[in-house]
Amino acid sequence: MPILELQSVSKHFGAIHALNEVDLTLESGEVLGLMGDNGAGKSTLVKVIAGNFPPTHGEVRIGGEPVHFHKPVEARQKGVEVVYQDLALCNNLSAAANVFLGREIKRRAGPLRWLDHKAMAKRAGELFSELKSETRPRDLVRQMSGGQRQAVAIARTRLSQARMVLMDEPTAAISVRQVAEVLDLIRRLKDSGMAIMLISHRMPDVFAVCDRVVVMRRGRKVADKAIHATSPEEVTGLITGAIHAA
Amino acid sequence: MSTEAAKPPPQANVSIESVLGVQQHNVWQRIAGAQSFWVTVALILICVVMGYLQPTSFATTDNFFNITRNFSFIGIMALGMTAVIATGGIDLSVGSIMGLTAVASGLTLEAGYPAWAAIVVGLAAGGVTGLVNGVIIAYAGISPFVTTLGMLAIARSCAVVLSGNRMLYKFGPGGPAFKALGSGALSITSTLQLSYPLLFLIVLTALLALVYKMTSWGRHVLAIGGNEHAALLTGVPVNRIKVQVYVVSGLAASFAAILAVGWEGSAINALGVTYELLAISAAVIGGANLMGGEASAYGAFIGAALIFVIRNSLLMAGVDSNWQGTFVGVFLIAAVYLGKIRGAKRE
Repeated sequence: MPILELQSVSKHFGAIHALNEVDLTLESGEVLGLMGDNGAGKSTLVKVIAGNFPPTHGEVRIGGEPVHFHKPVEARQKGVEVVYQDLALCNNLSAAANVFLGREIKRRAGPLRWLDHKAMAKRAGELFSELKSETRPRDLVRQMSGGQRQAVAIARTRLSQARMVLMDEPTAAISVRQVAEVLDLIRRLKDSGMAIMLISHRMPDVFAVCDRVVVMRRGRKVADKAIHATSPEEVTGLITGAIHAA
Repeated sequence: MSTEAAKPPPQANVSIESVLGVQQHNVWQRIAGAQSFWVTVALILICVVMGYLQPTSFATTDNFFNITRNFSFIGIMALGMTAVIATGGIDLSVGSIMGLTAVASGLTLEAGYPAWAAIVVGLAAGGVTGLVNGVIIAYAGISPFVTTLGMLAIARSCAVVLSGNRMLYKFGPGGPAFKALGSGALSITSTLQLSYPLLFLIVLTALLALVYKMTSWGRHVLAIGGNEHAALLTGVPVNRIKVQVYVVSGLAASFAAILAVGWEGSAINALGVTYELLAISAAVIGGANLMGGEASAYGAFIGAALIFVIRNSLLMAGVDSNWQGTFVGVFLIAAVYLGKIRGAKRE
């Protein structure tokens, strides 16, 4: 059974039809590339799945069960994790604090509960070394490089029993070396059975890690192909509209 | 198009594990990077200089007792203010909340109720006012500046109406116990005394410092000020916490008012006029960032202390007391400017 199923999902903002009758499935251990030009409906699609707002029409099923999310937290409870394009980090907090934000590890004695800084720093450190990222848990995010910030945002998705991760342009603003590391991480997530949806503008990244590619244009899905059955040239044509559909 | 990126990255010759344990800044660097540290240094310098210049009037146990008691009221208000400022908000209504609390507690005492009832009623007045502030800010989305500026007028006018615009001093049987709270003192030696307000301030400062450092509430308050959108996305109950910080600020202001009324022995509806300036200044001088995301309990304490030691020093140096507002204002602006320079350096 697919982890995620979208059945004729539409999202209208007044007269604007941001998404039109989109069908989509995502299996565990699969990396799906979601491509499209600006305004093609990628972000809207991600936001519907991530629970930022419900679709106007259509049904979203996770693990076969229909879901109606109104808040991102509800989606997270169902195992949907998101790495946002702006990473959603608090610059004034440490890396460990950001990883555990909203789900801090606490110690308790009677009615008192307090933060277990040591356990959080240790767990965050483990996650960073799994990601092969030189990110120090106790450093402030403000002082970090783009790649390190990316690692913090990705480490956050590894805390829970996530079933799928949506990654919005994870390689857009980082160095070449860090891009390779993020792609490596995506492969490792895939091997652990995670379903991944990679939203990206970077054709090489999509062809490097994705099993399948979906192309959006003007709110519609115009292609859904296995990666070995297509080519960067064809995908480019589909994105721009030079190729109508495939 | 190439797929070069698919290759594994070359291994760096430094192992990741070896750097993960390292902290970028050691303890000394972190202390020296805190504004409250430099304010403490300045405070000590001023005290040393004044003690040298005015050994018979400044460096006396009486003067110590007076200054520490006077800044305790503002310090307690500033503690609550740090929570609001940490979320990126501001509470301009704290001075008026003091007036409202004074009247509410005063009326309760005059009606013959015991001291604890007057304390509860006073705290309720501040807590409810803070709750109204918080609900309007969090759920109606009105800016904190406008909401609390409106509340500054509302709470003050309620205080004037409730008091019938008269001074309340004919406290009933609860009077002595209520007054003791603000006017009492702990004797350390025959001459050195620590006022109860100072002791309350010290305890509350330690408590709030623990809350910031050790609780998820404290961390969430700072997270909201750092990146409200991120806090929301990660499941921090942003609106609930915003309401709570204004309640905390309201409660802090009413507690300060209860102590002030106890010390003065009478309740007037004009208690706390312009104290919002002092409370905000104390928090900001102590390192709270008005953009949110940075605040410390110790900063509020030391900021309040600095303001009052400077006021006291100016008086002793023979400067007209009407100049005090000028000095507080200059310090507030200078502290924000310094914070801005530090912020620019860090980014």
